[in-house]
Amino acid sequence: MIETKRPKLELLSNALVEQIVDEGLTLLERHGVLVENKEALGLLGGAGAGVDAGTGLVRIGRKLVEDCLATTPAVITLYDRDGTRAFAVGGDEVHFDPGSAAVTLLDHATQSERKASSADVIEFYKLVETLEHLHFQSTGLIAADVPSAVADGFRLFLGLCLSEKPFVTGTFRVEGFGPMKDLLAAVRGGEKELRAKPLAIFDACPSPPLKWSNLTTQSLIDAARAGIPSELISMGMTGATAPTTIAAALVQHVAESLSGVVICQIAGRGAPVIFGGSPSSFDMRKGTTPMGAIETMMIDAAYAQLGKFLKMPTHAYMALSDAKVNDPQAGFETALGAALGALAGVNVISGPGMLDFESSQSLEKLVIDDGICAMVYRLLEGIAQRDDPIALGVFEGFRPGMSFLTHPHTRQWYRKEHIPAGLVDRDPYEAWVTAGRTSIVDKAHADVSRRLAAYAAPPLDPAVRKDLDRIMAAYGRASGIDLALPVLQPA
Amino acid sequence: MIKTEILAKMSEAIVAGDRVAARALAEEAVRSGLDLLEVVEQGYVPGIQRVGELWEQGDYFLPELITSAEAMKSAMAALEPELNRTHAGTRMGGKVVIGTVEGDIHDIGKNLVASMLQAGGFEVFDLGADVKLERFIEKAEEVGAGMICLSALLTTTMMAQRRFIALLRDKGLRGKYKVLVGGAPASRTWAEEIGADGYAENAVAAVRLAKSLA
Repeated sequence: MIETKRPKLELLSNALVEQIVDEGLTLLERHGVLVENKEALGLLGGAGAGVDAGTGLVRIGRKLVEDCLATTPAVITLYDRDGTRAFAVGGDEVHFDPGSAAVTLLDHATQSERKASSADVIEFYKLVETLEHLHFQSTGLIAADVPSAVADGFRLFLGLCLSEKPFVTGTFRVEGFGPMKDLLAAVRGGEKELRAKPLAIFDACPSPPLKWSNLTTQSLIDAARAGIPSELISMGMTGATAPTTIAAALVQHVAESLSGVVICQIAGRGAPVIFGGSPSSFDMRKGTTPMGAIETMMIDAAYAQLGKFLKMPTHAYMALSDAKVNDPQAGFETALGAALGALAGVNVISGPGMLDFESSQSLEKLVIDDGICAMVYRLLEGIAQRDDPIALGVFEGFRPGMSFLTHPHTRQWYRKEHIPAGLVDRDPYEAWVTAGRTSIVDKAHADVSRRLAAYAAPPLDPAVRKDLDRIMAAYGRASGIDLALPVLQPA
Repeated sequence: MIKTEILAKMSEAIVAGDRVAARALAEEAVRSGLDLLEVVEQGYVPGIQRVGELWEQGDYFLPELITSAEAMKSAMAALEPELNRTHAGTRMGGKVVIGTVEGDIHDIGKNLVASMLQAGGFEVFDLGADVKLERFIEKAEEVGAGMICLSALLTTTMMAQRRFIALLRDKGLRGKYKVLVGGAPASRTWAEEIGADGYAENAVAAVRLAKSLA
């Protein structure tokens, strides 16, 4: 049998890849990055970078960057809560997770965005748990009824109680890291076990252009030491916080990301790091950051190629939309991004469910997008040679007018070659009218209810659950907040 | 060069966003003793007004808009010392304190509004991003501003705009300042809900609004 080709998108020529990376390294050498974290400045100075202690400007030589890249793992393996199912993040593997972090939820009944409550966040996790094409959860929705001092840890706490899937998350405060690490370690049964089987990825965003804030730098350092994967989320906006040409924006993306790699590696050699991002084109009329713009997707696909060239796992914010409701724009921006990201081999694609410039989540959209992801996974499987000869055997005994519907070959292969329609409409017109002219959004809404009703909490060792409660309550107390027990009961 | 030609060149420099020419023409006007009020009102202001029109009809985008605003600021900086001496207190707009509210580090939109207000003749005191609410009041009191503009990009930090109005009330200063709110999650409804004096959806509209309230 001929090997199946994995369909692949590469936007940059090899020569352009090399020049972009080379200029990124030069940028770090010549202009440096601003690092607003004392500990990191000490580490960087110790590793031989040129540190100006007064300004926090750090110039990093290419030798140091190359040394750090050499110890950065090319593949990270995440494990589910149970520790049995493994997910390779690297190579051309693709895993989707909900876009994060939304501050509002699109309410289906009113078709308006509103603040999310803990109850919404619980539904969000339960729903994502049922969506098979979203391999990872994300702490993708922020509950307005949770005090902001513990919001980062609480969203992870709820998720770990309700879901088996690995998480994409992050800290809101420097103090948040410890309790969040403790929650993850409690699930695994220890920090060593967590290091061996990572359960969550922590996002850390540099501030463009070329700056690492205290919070995000600390997150990189803490995660590196704990063996928790960090996802570098460089997010330049073309013509605003990054150069306007795509190639030049990519140079900045490389420089910001590689400085993150260096911080991680000098904090903990061999630390798992993902070459990620949330860059965007900048709308020169509205001053907004369209995630659904084709140029944004081009930047994403291109930096994923750069990340692969650097032998790193990759991530991008794709498969999401700037539309405010589940309208055609929401569908086409999401589908285009999902397909391009997957073809580019982006390992972690954060986006499903997300609307309105990364600020809103929709349960209905999560369900619709899960269907998009299903199509994309089918696309990635490519076109295989199933039989040898390919078709001549099927045509044996050929007679004019023969139908393949009852041919054994059809029964043998159609379920492997073709995926079910899911929620998309494939009714003949009259049937569609008779069925009430239902839109995919209405069908998705019904599907959300059906899935939430069918959700069964994956079993969690009561002793672990007790530990999670204890850690969360302690984080609350340390932040001066009494997290009453009922709050700790995600039914 | 006859005066009408000079005035036209000033306007053109602003429309073209030519900072160097705008500045040079202003310096030349000071040196040659032109009536600077006339220079502003018939040279530069028509230029920035034209820029506003080009923006509104969709020909100009943010890079053109802001480059023109910067050219205007540069020219005004050259004119101001002499203008203040000869026409004290004729600054067209008034004093505005502006900043992004505490907890929010997004300042692109706020910078656009600050630039356009400045180009529109206001004296602008930009406090930057992540600004404590008390700081807005301190600065406004200190410089004698009449208007305070609060920017917020996040729905979470937007709440600070509401708190600011309450803070002004508590201090018995609500009537003293016009408060304008802006940023992605803000809206006219929001401004009304929290009792602000106005909301504008973009930098050009913000200048129009500020002028109508000043």
